[in-house]
Order: sequence, then structure tokens, then C-alpha cells
Amino acid sequence: MTHSLLLASAVGAASQGGGSSLAQVMGLVIGGILINNYVLSRFLGICPFLGVSKQLDSALGMGAAVVFVMAMTAASCYALWQLLLVPLHLEYLSTIVFILIIAALVQFVEMVLLKFSPALYRALGIYLPLITTNCAVLGVAVLNKDAGYNLGLGIVNAVAGALGFALALILMAGLRGRLEFSNTPDAMKGKPITFILAGVMSIAFLGFAGLGV
Amino acid sequence: MSLWKDFSNGFYTENPIFRITLGMCPFLALSTSMENAVGMGAAATFVLIWSNVAISALRNVIPDKIRIPCYIVFIATFVSLVDMVMAAYAPALHKSLGIYIPLIVVNCIILGRAEAFANKNTVLSSLLDGIGMGIGFTLAMALMATIREILGSGSWYGFNILGQAYANQPILIAILPPGAFVLMGFVLAAFAVIDRRKERAA
Repeated sequence: MTHSLLLASAVGAASQGGGSSLAQVMGLVIGGILINNYVLSRFLGICPFLGVSKQLDSALGMGAAVVFVMAMTAASCYALWQLLLVPLHLEYLSTIVFILIIAALVQFVEMVLLKFSPALYRALGIYLPLITTNCAVLGVAVLNKDAGYNLGLGIVNAVAGALGFALALILMAGLRGRLEFSNTPDAMKGKPITFILAGVMSIAFLGFAGLGV
Repeated sequence: MSLWKDFSNGFYTENPIFRITLGMCPFLALSTSMENAVGMGAAATFVLIWSNVAISALRNVIPDKIRIPCYIVFIATFVSLVDMVMAAYAPALHKSLGIYIPLIVVNCIILGRAEAFANKNTVLSSLLDGIGMGIGFTLAMALMATIREILGSGSWYGFNILGQAYANQPILIAILPPGAFVLMGFVLAAFAVIDRRKERAA
């Protein structure tokens, strides 16, 4: 089902041609945040989703950092793809180039934060380097490339996807806080119950598929 | 003996999926059918083996400070290789694995083994570790895919085994995203129970 939805959005983008209508932008926003939620229906970014969702504060910080990095990734990967890889017929290098851009970008964000906002840097400290191996970030670069979005739509898609990631992360952090006080069977403690909780959230998000944007 | 341990570690004691819960994205997304699971397992195993070998062979040359970017470039190279070979010789599989092939680059199992094993061990040990971890990952995917494909489509590796009546009305949710999360929760709980039994017996 995930794949048919991805395909549908790709076909939709192709048939729209160059210009991006408001309806298409809205479709991407609602699709990215709710219907095709990156974590709960596309399985991108599961590691940070499980690892950083223990506390609400760190979930908020991680969510904000991912929104920023994903928007930057979409813009810079689009630029390199259009200006360098396509003219030189080096399309097959896309995976290597994209991951290097992301790694450099995360490093850059880290340095800028350290210089201009040490407080935010300390708050995000440990989670920043983790973003490099967040598959949602590389995923959005590849998805944008495959769907042939232009720069604007690519960034909209990235921000919507990242907001969806942040939403899932923050909801999960809130739920896990409650879970601490509940009486869980011994075998279910820790990871098993977290997965089942994610499954229940995923069922709720599956309901949005009926929106049909 | 210690070489055998390097090899067999990934099967159960340090199984990347069920023990360390790494590499969840392709695991949850592609365990919908045996065909996808085996395809993904093979692709990840190939990358795991060769990145382990390359990194371990060059472990004294790679400067320590920039080792992570170096590892990522190695891994991305092998992933591009798999991507191209699969597109040429198995286009149908390539299409159904889709975006998850380039995403092998950010599969934490591979970078994890490079950092935790290949950069401190000999080439032979790293090769065996790569093969063992790859088999462990593939076995885990196959286990999950068996459960999900039988429940969700009534078939195994494309062969109908629960009869046409079931295949017309299967428990569809098992192959939808929520099924992956919930069933993974139950499998992990089963492993926890087995462990507790073992501890008590010991």
C-alpha cells in the first residue's frame, strides 16, 4: 500500500508538469504529515523514533533539528542533482553524493549552532550527529529525485515529511511518559511494548488514508 | 574457535535485529513477503561483507578523525554497485525494494559493524563477522516475513498454503504498516520469554 501511495504521489507530480498548484502543495503537506507519515507508514527514521522518544524535551529538540536539516538537504541535493550530476551524466553517483552532502550539512549545522547558539547546541548536542544516519533525511532526497519535484515542491515535501516525523516522535514521547506508570507484563517491558504502541499509533494514522488527497 | 565465534555471533547472541534492534527501517518495511525479505537480506549481506573487508584492510590507513565519513563512502560505493546490478539483472525485485536499496547506506547495522568490529579486527575475522551478521539479518527478516506473509496473504514465498478461501479474506493488517510494529512487539516479547527460561534453567 505504501508503494502504491508513493507511486500515486509521483504520478501526480509528473502530470502537474512544471507549475505547482496550491492543491498540489496542500496534498504534499497533508500527505507528508498524516497520510504517508514518514515513521508510521513509510518506516523511515525508526531508529531515532525509538531511541530519542523517551523524554518530551529531547523529542522536541530532535524534531526541530530534523525539520531544519531535511529542508536544507532537499534544497542542496536538488541543486547538486540539477547543476552537477545531470549535466555531467553522473546520475549513478547520486547515492554517494547525497549522503556526503547530508554528512557535511549536519557537520555544518553543528558548527554554526556551536558558534551562534551554544545553548541550543548543548540541548541538541548528542542528537545532531545521529541525524546523518536518519534514513528519513536520505529518504527525502531520493524520493524528491525519483518523483522529479522542482525546488519548491521538494522543500515542501521535505518540511512536511519532517513535521510528520516530529509529530510521531513527540506523540510517542508523551505516550511513553504515561507507559512508565502502567503495569506492563514482564516479557513486554521495554522494547516490545514500545513496538506495540507504535503499531497502535500506526493504525490511527492508517485512518487518514481515507482522506484521499 | 574464536573465528567460529566471530562467524556465529550474528545468528542469535548478537542478532542485529532482535538483540541490538538496529536496521529497523528495511526490516519493518520489507518483511511483507519472503521474496522482498530474501532480496533485501542478500543485498544488505553483500554490502556488509565487502564494507567490513575493505574497512578492515584499510584500518591502519584511514585517519581516525575522519573515519566515519570514510566508512560512509565505502558503504555508499558498495550500495551503488548493488543498486546497479539489481536494476540490470533483477528489475522486478529492484522495483519492489524501491527506495530501500539506496537507504542501505544509512542502515545502522553496517556502520555499526564497521565501527564496532571491522576497524579493530583482522580481515579474516571481519569477513566472517560480515557473513555471520548478514545471515543473522536475513534470518530475522525471513522469520518476520514468514509470519506476515502467511497471516497477511495466506501464502509463503508466493505459494498459497492456507487455501483460496483464506487468500480471499486474509488478515490484511499483517502486511500493512501497523502489523509490522505489533508483530515485532510480540516477537521481541517471545525472545524475552525464551531468555528468561534459559536463565532460570542455567
